[in-house]
Formats: sequence, C-alpha cells, structure tokens
Amino acid sequence: MAHRWGMAVDLDRCTGCEACVTACRAENNIPTVGAAQAAVGRAMHWIRVERYWEGEFPDARLKFRPVLCQQCDAAPCEPVCPTYASHHTEEGLNAQVYNRCIGTRYCANACPYNVRFFNFFNPQWDKPLHLQLNPDVSVREVGVMEKCTFCVQRINAAEIQARSDNTALKDGDLKTACAQSCPATALVFGDLNDPESEVSRLSRSPRGSKLLGDLGTLPKVTYLERQSQA
Amino acid sequence: MTDATDRKITDDLLRPLQTTSAGFWMLVAFLGAIVAAGLGTWAYQMYRGFGVSGIRWPIFWAFYVTNFVFWIGISHAGTLISAILRLVNAGWRRPVTRCAEAITVFALMIGAMFPIIHLGRPWLFFWLIPYPNQRGIWPNFRSPLVWDFFAISTYLTGSVLFLFLPMIPDLALVRDRTTGWRQRVYGGLALGWRGTTKQWHRLESAMQIMAIAILPVAISVHTIVSFDFSMAPVPMWHSTIFGPYFVAGAIFSGIAALIIAMAVLRKTLHLEEYLHPVHFENLGKLLLLMSLLWTYFVFAERLTVWYGNEASEMAVFRVTQRGSFAPLYWTMVVCNFVIPFPLLALRRTRTIAGCVFAACSVLVGMWLERFLIIVPSLGHKYLPYSWGVYRPRPVEIMITISTFAAMALLYVLFAKLVPIISVWELKVGAQPVAAKEHEEVHALWRTEP
Repeated sequence: MAHRWGMAVDLDRCTGCEACVTACRAENNIPTVGAAQAAVGRAMHWIRVERYWEGEFPDARLKFRPVLCQQCDAAPCEPVCPTYASHHTEEGLNAQVYNRCIGTRYCANACPYNVRFFNFFNPQWDKPLHLQLNPDVSVREVGVMEKCTFCVQRINAAEIQARSDNTALKDGDLKTACAQSCPATALVFGDLNDPESEVSRLSRSPRGSKLLGDLGTLPKVTYLERQSQA
Repeated sequence: MTDATDRKITDDLLRPLQTTSAGFWMLVAFLGAIVAAGLGTWAYQMYRGFGVSGIRWPIFWAFYVTNFVFWIGISHAGTLISAILRLVNAGWRRPVTRCAEAITVFALMIGAMFPIIHLGRPWLFFWLIPYPNQRGIWPNFRSPLVWDFFAISTYLTGSVLFLFLPMIPDLALVRDRTTGWRQRVYGGLALGWRGTTKQWHRLESAMQIMAIAILPVAISVHTIVSFDFSMAPVPMWHSTIFGPYFVAGAIFSGIAALIIAMAVLRKTLHLEEYLHPVHFENLGKLLLLMSLLWTYFVFAERLTVWYGNEASEMAVFRVTQRGSFAPLYWTMVVCNFVIPFPLLALRRTRTIAGCVFAACSVLVGMWLERFLIIVPSLGHKYLPYSWGVYRPRPVEIMITISTFAAMALLYVLFAKLVPIISVWELKVGAQPVAAKEHEEVHALWRTEP
C-alpha cells in the first residue's frame, strides 16, 4: 500500500526549544540570510515555533505552536502555480520542484499558513555553516520558492533501501529532521496509511485538530491541543 | 463638405506629423531618459537579486502587481469607450476614439510587462506559454496566472487590430502626402488602400466585428485579473464581487486617463477646434457615473465584510479602515469620490479644467485602491504570528515612475507618427449630409444578407 506521510504535534509536549528549527536548517540546506535581511522579514524557517501569550503579567501563559508546511490534501498553493512547480505527489506530499519555479510567489500568497519562502538572493551561509551542506539536498537559486518537504530526501532514501532489502518500512524507521531532534518527542512523523503507526494513533486522539481546519485545506499535520495548565 | 474644410482638417491634423519642434525632441529625450532609468533599475534588480525590492515575507506581491492591475485597468479606456460609442453611433465620438484606442494598446503593453518584472526568474517567463518543450509539461491551466496570459495576449491582439483598422485610410492619406522612404513605410502600413467602395465596405464590416468582439474580451480581461486575487483563500480577496468591481474600477481609471490624454493633446497639438468642451463634458459625465458605480461597489464590499464580522476578514478590514493603512484608504475615498463627485456633478465645474482635475484625482485614487486590495490582505492573513508590514524600496518606486514616462513617451511618439484624431472619420462627421449618407449606406449594408 502506498504511504501517506503525516505528522502529529503534541502541544502539551512542546517546550519551544527550537531544536527542530535548527535541525531542519542543517538537514535542508536552508540559507542564513544575515541579520539585516532577517530584520526586514527575509529569514527562512521551514518550521517555526510560534509564540502566543495569553493573559496579563503576572498571570501570563506562553503557548508554543510549531508551524511547518501542513502538506494539505487540498492545498491552495498547488492549483495557482502556473508551471506545476508546486504539485501533489502520489504519496500526497506537496512537492516543490525548484527547477520549474519561475518565482510568481502566488503559492506563498495562497498559502494560509505562510510556510512558503522565497529566495530573494542567491543562497549563502555564515561561516563555517557552508562546510556542512547536506549533499542529498539541492540548494535553491535566487528567485525560487522553497518550503518544508517532510525531508523528502530521507523518505526516498528509506523507501529505496526498503525496496532493495525487500522489506517493508517499519514505523519509526524513518523520521524527519525535526521529529528526530525533538527532545520532548512533541513531533511524531510517520505513515497515516498504517493504522497501527504512532502518528495514526495520535492523529485519532480526541485532542487532535487541524490548523485552520475550517478553511478546508485537509492538512496532514494534526495538532494535539494543550490540556496541562503548566 | 466643401473642399476648404476638407483641406483644413487634413492640414490641421497632419501638421504634427510634418513639423517637428525642438520641444518635441527635448520631451522625447526627457521621457526616454526616465524609461531608460527604469529599465536599468530592472536590470539591476535581476543582477542583484529580487531582494533589492521591498517585497518580504509574507507580503509577496506589492508595487509591481499594483502597477500591473492599474495599467491593465487604464487599458479599458480605449476599447470600451470607443467600442460602445461606435456601436451606439454617438456622433461626438469621432475625435475621441483613436486617442482612446491608443491608450489601450500602450497601457496593455506596459501592464503586461509587470507579470514579467515581478517574477523571481523573469528570464523564464515563456514557461507560461503552452508549447512542446523539453520539460515535457504544459503550463498549469488551473492557474489564474495562465488565464491572465491568455486573456492579456488576446486583448492585446484584439486592441491592436481595433486601433489599426480605422487607421488604414489615414495611413493612406499620409502615404499620399509624403515622399521617399516615408511614403514606402506608410504605403506598406496602408495595405494598398485606394478608397474604393468595396474597400470601405470591408473596412466598415471589419470595424463592426471588432467593436462587438472586443467588448466581451475587455470585460473578461479585468475579470480574470480580479481572479488572480479572488481565487486565493486570502481574507478580503476571496470575494464574489471582485469581477465586476475590478471591471468598474478599470473603466473608471481608463476614462480618467483618456480625459487627461485628450486635454494634453488639445493644448500641445493645438486641437482646440476638434476637441471641444462638449467632449470633456460627455466624458466627465461618464466619469461621474463610474465614480458612483465604484463607490457603490466599495460600499457593498465593505458593508458585507463588516456585517459578517468574520475574524480574519475583520483583521484586514480594521487595518485598512482604521489602522496603519487608514490614511491611504481615506485618501482613496477622497480621490475617487469626494473630489470627483461634486466637480463632475455640477455643470459649472464640469469644465475642461474641472474634468482634468477630477481625472488626476481618480488616477491617484485608483492606484491606491489596487495597492489597498493587495497589501493589507497579504500582511494580515490568518495566523497573527505571521503578520507583516511592507515598505516600498527605491527600485520599485523608480520602476513605477518610469512606467508613467513610458506611457507618455509611447503616446508622444504615436501622436508624431499617426494622426491622433481620425481624419477620415472627422471628415465624415464634418458634413451632416455626408454623415447621414454614410450612416444610411452603413445601415443598408448591414441589413443585407
């Protein structure tokens, strides 16, 4: 059976440490744009931890919400792209084909989650980060959009390996960089077509909800809402 | 029609083609320099990277797309005005139509540049064209940007034909009055026009077909431009009213541009005898009508949003109505309604000067309207964490200014090379009997199988 990759985010477990953000940056060759560009809103974070304060000091509560591409089944970014750079793969991923992208940025406008990023300049890395680029991930040139791929390079590698070993992928064999690095295991990645997988189990939780679910985008990321008062 | 009037019309209207003043060259050099600066700025943007503009996450469209919608809107002057006036056979259209049709063609040429200027990789713009290619894929026909591509190229082709057809007899006239290489160029453009009855009939039928065909094309073009916004699930974009709202706004700004162009031509080319106050008065009334229609659309759109009180839309509503965009928003309301309405409603102020002032105000207001549709919505989408602000950078401002210079330059050159008022149509109109006969022949021919 085909895989259908998804994620569950337990907001009770998220501490806002941003290890996922750092891991994602290292895994996916995301350029560092520098302080000046980041200050005007050109920073790229395929996953970000949104902070929301509730109440007034001293009774303030801080809520974290990691937001990444929701890999929607009815993705608004896909139909608007004139060149099929943004398209749906057979496994349900919202793929971004960098070579097809001509930079209309329409997908980013259509995305309700603002998780798509534009390369305003050719990519660069603060030294010595340029020495640790991931050879499995292409770098993106100026003028194209990029976004979370659910670490598609890991997915493809694991699927190819499983095929050559003539075995099936087991739950937990494959993790995205963010899920792998989350110390609180707030991020759980896996196959939604496997009803026994951890991610399927969590996605069925009564605490589960979809981000901006009423827009009808059918995300494959499920958020488990907070219950603790901590 | 006496030969004297005939000769006078020909002389007056061809004079700009035959004499060239130093002022003309200075104007062309001045406008050309600004256009060159704009092209240079674009080259700089491509060389340095798109980041030299003010675009930032999450506001990925701003000045360039505003200019795109604005200029495509201006282009609705020509076709709609001239096609409608031709179809209803309004006598006063005769000196107006070509000015209007030329605006359409040039505004479209400028507007159509912006989807390319705003691309991250503009050198690959031709990937929007469906042709057999090594990539092995078609463009995505579900994308409104691809619809745009077809709509604008159809409209540009149609409006070039619409401008060119009634020009043929005038080009032949110029051909007969020039010598040497000029005669060969105009002769080529005149397509062997000899003024035979058969040719007149063919011209009339072609013009009639084009006048009818161009109307739905013009309306569809700005509807499709509005679909660029209304197809996306963005607060205050995703609206059913956008199609007619954009078309009304387009005609509104188009008429304003036409009034300004006519006033400038009247002054600089000394066409006071041909462009009368009544032309401005009539166009002023049309502008008044469109101002009211535009205000109605804005009211209907804003009231339903406010009454519906949907959270994400209200965030955009508040920031435009009362927040950081409020100064621009209320300037827009003043420019599009408060100033033009009394100026154009009162006969005493509906003079040439009054109409031109109102038209300038409308152009400012309509540019702001497009900006205010695009930017506040993108800056205030659903998740408040990702709200953002936009500030234009010099690159965008320079390119925006240069488009106005480009419009003026194209228009100046056009008025230099082609009689900007249709000579033959004016001659037909100059004599009541001839005009009547002309219409009768026309009507007779139309009813024949």
